[in-house]
Amino acid sequence: MEIRITSDPIDPAAELAALSGVHKAAGAVVSFCGQVRSDESAPITTLEIEHYPGMTETAIAAIVAEAEARWDLLAGRVIHRHGQLSPGETIVFVATVAAHRHAALHAADFIMDYLKTRAPFWKKEHGPEGGHWVGSRTEDEAAARRWSDDS
Amino acid sequence: MTLRVLYFAWVRERIGIPDEEIETTAATVRAFLGELAEREERYHRVFANPEALRVAVDQRLCDLDSPLADASEIAIFPPMTGG
Repeated sequence: MEIRITSDPIDPAAELAALSGVHKAAGAVVSFCGQVRSDESAPITTLEIEHYPGMTETAIAAIVAEAEARWDLLAGRVIHRHGQLSPGETIVFVATVAAHRHAALHAADFIMDYLKTRAPFWKKEHGPEGGHWVGSRTEDEAAARRWSDDS
Repeated sequence: MTLRVLYFAWVRERIGIPDEEIETTAATVRAFLGELAEREERYHRVFANPEALRVAVDQRLCDLDSPLADASEIAIFPPMTGG
């Protein structure tokens, strides 16, 4: 599975096209795009993403290895932005390719849950009122834990 | 031992620097954070409540009670918010 940490914009259509039709045994291609959200009640102008170069790559590789151990995956891609992003831009792109849909769907879900809580990224929202660091959500922690609870 | 100490996100902003080298004899992560809390006031404000922080030793996430033996790098940061 290919892993990239980049400050360049992500082109989800191009990433998906690169994975589709490549593997003859593939019956399922699942992709997820996380986007910068700006709520009307708390608009943001910029989302700043900081990360821990070196550890980020290792942590994502460990998450991907765990997904590959749990499901039969033929290919995949995890791309995560860092730096300054605008509302609507893609922060993260995850795609999984498998013979059957359940493996692809579950693996993509698993990778996203773990990226949120186990990979060293931090978000800071900048808006008209200034900047603030986004706090971790207990729902994200619970979502990541369910993968160890039911195994 | 001399540890390379890295700070990220609001920990970095409140300490005022991204990294520094610190000499320590602390045996565990918790003991090391306790030493940091006893430095200047700005360190105390960040490290007085270690449960609110996350720590990686040599780029691996670890618990507050993990040993520091043979470590060369420790990173201290808030809970991660990727994805």
